[in-house]
This record gives sequence, C-alpha cells and structure tokens, in this order.
Amino acid sequence: MTSGRNQMLWRAQRLSAHVLGLLVLVHLVLMVIAVQGGLTAAEILSRTQGAIGWLLFYSSFVILVSAHAPIGVKNILQEQFGWRHSTASRLSILYGLALVVLGLRACWAVFTGGQL
Amino acid sequence: MKNEVLEVAVWRGDTQGETQTFEVPRKPSQTVLDVITYIQRELDPTLSYRFACRVGVCGSCAMVVNGVARWTCRTHVSKVVDKAGRLEVLPLRNLPVIKDLVTDMAEFFNKWTKARGYFSGDQTRHDDFATVRPDSPHRLEVDRAIECIGCGVCYSSCDVVSWKPDYLGPAALNRAWALVNDERDQAQSERLAQVLSEAGCTACHTHTSCSKRCPKELAPTSSIAGLKRMVGRAS
Repeated sequence: MTSGRNQMLWRAQRLSAHVLGLLVLVHLVLMVIAVQGGLTAAEILSRTQGAIGWLLFYSSFVILVSAHAPIGVKNILQEQFGWRHSTASRLSILYGLALVVLGLRACWAVFTGGQL
Repeated sequence: MKNEVLEVAVWRGDTQGETQTFEVPRKPSQTVLDVITYIQRELDPTLSYRFACRVGVCGSCAMVVNGVARWTCRTHVSKVVDKAGRLEVLPLRNLPVIKDLVTDMAEFFNKWTKARGYFSGDQTRHDDFATVRPDSPHRLEVDRAIECIGCGVCYSSCDVVSWKPDYLGPAALNRAWALVNDERDQAQSERLAQVLSEAGCTACHTHTSCSKRCPKELAPTSSIAGLKRMVGRAS
C-alpha cells in the first residue's frame, strides 16, 4: 500500500471516529430519554416515520460506520491474522458495502414505516 | 522470605531454544540481575547475558521477567517472583536472539535512524548559542520525551511491532517527537515523511503498553499522539 493511500485511510478512520463519537452520544441520550418517557417501539417508530431529520441523522451514522469499520477490519485481518493486503482490502470493501446497504435499508424502513 | 531457593527458568539458545531451570539461593534485596549473574558465575559459565552499569543508567540489562519486559538490575526478585518461588527470564521480545538472553538491537536502533531520530542543525561552532526558553511549549514537550536511554523495554512490550515488524516502534517515534519539537532542527520535512509512512505513527493502536512498561516513566504513547495530531494538521 502506498504511503499516500495509507494516510488517506488513516485520516478517514480518525475523522469518522470523531464524528461518530458525537453521533453515538446523541443516540444514547435519545435512547435514555425515549425509554424514560415510557415509549414503546411502535410509538417510537410512529415518530420516526416521515421525520427527515432522523433519516439524515441515522443515514450519516451508517455511512460513517461503513467507512470507519472496514478500515479497522482490514488492519485486524492483516496484523492479527497475517492476511495479504489485497485479500484483506477486498474483504473489508465487501464488508463496508454490506454495512452501507443494510444500514441505509434499515434507515429507510424506519422512515417509511417498513415499506422498502 | 518464604522460599530459600529460587527456581529460575532461563532461555537457552537463539531464536530456537528452550528454557533451562536453575536453582538459585534466595537472598535479601536480591535483584533479577543478581540471580542471572549467580547462574553464570556459579552454575553455568556458558550463559550469555548483557549488562553494564547495574544501577538503571545504561538500560542494557532489559529482559522479559515473568512475562513482563523490565530492567533486571532495578527489579527486586521479591516484586516479581510467583508464590511457588519461580522466575522465568527470557530475552526481549520483537528482537532477534543472538544467544540466551542477548538480543540483537541493530534493527531497534536502525529504526531510530529511519525515523530521522537524530539532530540536524545548520549552525557551526562559530555561531552563537541558540536561545531556547526552558518554559516554552515546545521545550516542555522535549523535556517529556528526552530522557529515553534506548533500553528496548517499550519495543519489546509493543504488540504492533509483533504484528507489523516494519513499524518504527515507540522509542523511535518518541525520539522523533522530541526532535519535532526542537526548534533548532532543520530536517523536519524529512522526519515528517518518515513519521507519515505506513510504518510510522499511523500504525500505532494506542495500546499504551509502552508507557505502562517504560522504566523511565516516559509516555511514548503521548509522543505518538502528538505526532498523530501533527499529521492531522498537515492534511
């Protein structure tokens, strides 16, 4: 892997970690508030349907996770398991694609009330 | 002292080998280096090990004692011996073993050179002294990193070096950080290129083993974090 590519991936992971830290905090606070208010899952879903703000919030979450996690997985495969760079990269790209597709599908389902 | 005799397993061989067990009389205020010296002088003169000052100045006697890299001269047996009175002494990890407890430190120091861990000035003896304020932020960063004596304990304790042998390691990067903060140094762009490389600070996973194990109580993790911030700003 070239030094420039390595730096780019490292920066992408670091930057996504910074933003994700903030998003996770918002998500946790939201969960605590929702549960304390006694809301059921159905009531929560009724509030998320059509809420463009939450769609954008959780879609950002998914996209950032889909960038952040595969970079870490690639490092683990290479360092812990001794996989070759090309093999580890391919698998981590597939993993990232799966995360983004499944994650955005879930966001859309929460936004539309289950209609895909 | 519960046990009058220590059971000491010592690495014999080079990279291939096994431990050999010796029985060593237990004594008050005994250090692990005392134990190894007793074995070589009284039990087996073919045992190879390295030491010089015996008082924690040179850093040459570092070994892995009961699983942890330490200076053997500054490690009292009473602090590390297990309940059954056993010690296991192995050569430093992540370095080739020359023989028994002696490792080849060449690659460790070569990485200091790769990280541009040496001063490059542009002044001559005819120039006046550079004025560096002792309380300036950069000088304070240098103070926190400068006392490394190159014993290799951090390098031996680093998991990333084990997984990724090209990684420059905590000692070399700590040295690079000291020089990054040396306002007299003229080789910052060359140093930055090395620090930014795949083998540089971006490979560190912040396990903090280096800082936990450093006998000088330095914080290479903090130095590497400084380099990472610098890399972030350089983008």
